[in-house]
Amino acid sequence: MSTEILMPALSPTMEEGKLSKWLVKAGDTVKSGDILAEIETDKATMEFEAVDEGKIGEILVAEGTEGVKVNSPIATLLADGETAGAAPAKKAEAPAAPAGEDHKAVADKGTEKSQAPKVEVAADPEVPEGTEMVMTTVRDALRDAMAEEMRRDELVFLMGEEVAEYQGAYKISQGLLQEFTDRRVIDTPITEHGFTGLGVGAAFAGLKPIVEFMTWNFAMQAMDQIINSAAKTRYMSGGQMSCPIVFRGPNGAAARVAAQHSQDYSAWYASVPGMKVVAPYFAADAKGLLKAAIRDPNPVIFLENEIVYGRSFPVPKLDDFVLPIGKARIVRPGKDVTIVAYSITVGQALEAAEKLAEEGIDAEVIDLRTLRPLDMDTVLESVRKTNRIVTMEQAWPVCSIGSEVCSRVALEAFDYLDAPPTKVTGKDVPMPYAANLEKLALPTVEDLIEAVKAVTYKA
Amino acid sequence: MPEAAKSNSESQKKLYHDMLLIRRFEERAGQLYGMGLIGGFCHLYIGQEAVVVGLMGAAKEGDQQITAYRDHGHMLAQGIDPKSVMAELTGRSTGLSRGKGGSMHMFSAEKKFYGGHGIVGAQVPIGTGLAFANKYRGSDAVTLTYFGDGAANQGQVYESFNMAELWKLPVIYVIENNQYAMGTSVARSSAETDFSKRGLSFNIPGMQVDGMDVEAVQAAGEEAMAWCRAGKGPIILEMKTYRYRGHSMSDPAKYRTREEVTEVREKRDPIDHFGKKLIERGVVNEDDLKQMDAQVKAQVVAAAEFATESPEPGLAELYTDIYA
Repeated sequence: MSTEILMPALSPTMEEGKLSKWLVKAGDTVKSGDILAEIETDKATMEFEAVDEGKIGEILVAEGTEGVKVNSPIATLLADGETAGAAPAKKAEAPAAPAGEDHKAVADKGTEKSQAPKVEVAADPEVPEGTEMVMTTVRDALRDAMAEEMRRDELVFLMGEEVAEYQGAYKISQGLLQEFTDRRVIDTPITEHGFTGLGVGAAFAGLKPIVEFMTWNFAMQAMDQIINSAAKTRYMSGGQMSCPIVFRGPNGAAARVAAQHSQDYSAWYASVPGMKVVAPYFAADAKGLLKAAIRDPNPVIFLENEIVYGRSFPVPKLDDFVLPIGKARIVRPGKDVTIVAYSITVGQALEAAEKLAEEGIDAEVIDLRTLRPLDMDTVLESVRKTNRIVTMEQAWPVCSIGSEVCSRVALEAFDYLDAPPTKVTGKDVPMPYAANLEKLALPTVEDLIEAVKAVTYKA
Repeated sequence: MPEAAKSNSESQKKLYHDMLLIRRFEERAGQLYGMGLIGGFCHLYIGQEAVVVGLMGAAKEGDQQITAYRDHGHMLAQGIDPKSVMAELTGRSTGLSRGKGGSMHMFSAEKKFYGGHGIVGAQVPIGTGLAFANKYRGSDAVTLTYFGDGAANQGQVYESFNMAELWKLPVIYVIENNQYAMGTSVARSSAETDFSKRGLSFNIPGMQVDGMDVEAVQAAGEEAMAWCRAGKGPIILEMKTYRYRGHSMSDPAKYRTREEVTEVREKRDPIDHFGKKLIERGVVNEDDLKQMDAQVKAQVVAAAEFATESPEPGLAELYTDIYA
């Protein structure tokens, strides 16, 4: 009986991929270790090797097919003596999309986790009315922002681990080496403390470095240079020295990478005077705010999210789209409760708001976008209207961004409150590896809905 | 006297003068500390003067310096006004950092002095970054990155060595080996006590230099500068030197004997030693040196007066210079 060869997961967050090329055809004999196909994930193109010996029976997914789900059958492997065309053990439920024009449709369906929930989002007042919008992934928006700024200013350069030849560990810097050469797109050794300090020195000398951390988890090795050298030197020099540098990379939990690789550092950096901290969710914000961060004369911490990289959102088609740092945005107006979120939880908040609307609760959702300086004016104005606030973040609950927002609301809008300011956060534990525990550790749409019902007394 | 010899004698006198200025400045700073006019940590450079003065004698306009918290001497040698340095020590509005940095955190963008860094070793990658910027811009400036025998055991120093050699950055790593990392002697803290060898596994050449001999330092500096300007990458200069005072003003110095200090002062003092040489060479006579000493003393006294009479920063300064 033939066995199925399944689409492999080639990264912790991969849920689907493109079968770019078959290196075997029906009838070929393969043994373990032979390369069967090339598969493109959102991060890289990888070779897929055979595990078992046998003869390829049937190719079930044509090369060039995009959006092939992990674990779906892509070919059959015949046992000794079997002939091609024998029925596979299990019927392929396929995406089995044909190559060519139709394969895009498959990709667009997406998966629940990697794709943004389909919800209404209010237009950004910063974008002129009538501007053409182009669907763009957060990943491409970040790359476009860097490329545009590097074209505009020769002093801007990118450095980090695997940013050049590898094209970015998460493909954010794809194509930049080819356009800007290795003078301006620089692969560093694995040496966070060293290259962070080197970047700070280059910024002191007037260059405008973009320092990529493969993930923010690794930046803890460089904490002294980020805080003591980058953030404090302007002050310590009586305003003589400037440190125009951007530190960027994915922050927060990815998927199944456990405690040392899953942490949201927002509150750490947002507590430091001298630092600006940006944490966008939408692609347009990622682009407009990264361009602003690169132009900013201060050190800027730019917190991205790996799960969000592949999500597509409309981005205004403008020659030079720069957003102001320090402004939150009401992404869904409402009157019953204020939900404050940033980064990946903005998507969850919008999803919760849709469900709450079905139950007659009209939630206003604020995307903070910048965590320092914190746009409390927008939050307070909203709370004065809705009289209730729930914050949502993936970070730990103690001394979190939500803690700060809630305390400021209690101080500055106390008389407007009809319920205690409430936080929805990650659990107060290191991130567990087991799938069920990891799910339990992260805040969910349901957690948020429950909290909103509690403050609106609908629970 | 022929022109060349005259200019040579002028530059010799300048070396002597600059060392003396640092010595007298530091003595006065120590006094002001004792009077409670300087607060916090204060690390004096007394004994090590030949290192920075010799290297500045080898540097040219546009070259940069960066060091740790024992930084007063580096600033004076770079021509920064002693008044603004002393006023920073006393935390006054006229200080180099307007009173907000203090002894350990001073900078002069104008004079290419990049600090004044309080965390042991942190200045090393930053100095490497200054050199990176010089190379990026195609400038031929060289960065003098100073650190001590203590900092030489920090990991980020080796991260910097690796990148500097990999990318052939024009940086001179000056290891000021004054033999004690705070209270721990080199022998008690370092597996390899020859610091000029610390770059070997990165293919960075190193030289051991008598850091108490200003002319030896200058000559080594010139060689290192030429190496860097020729695009050959980084180089290490280990300066064998000695600090007479404690690590900071609050150091009882129980880790070494008084005799040890006295012996260095009497036999190897960089200023006395060089003064005698200048007299032997006929560049100066005793009276010239006395006159120079009086002039330097007056300059330092004026700096101290300026630093104690200047007002403290205005209270509104608390919230300035945080963001551009």
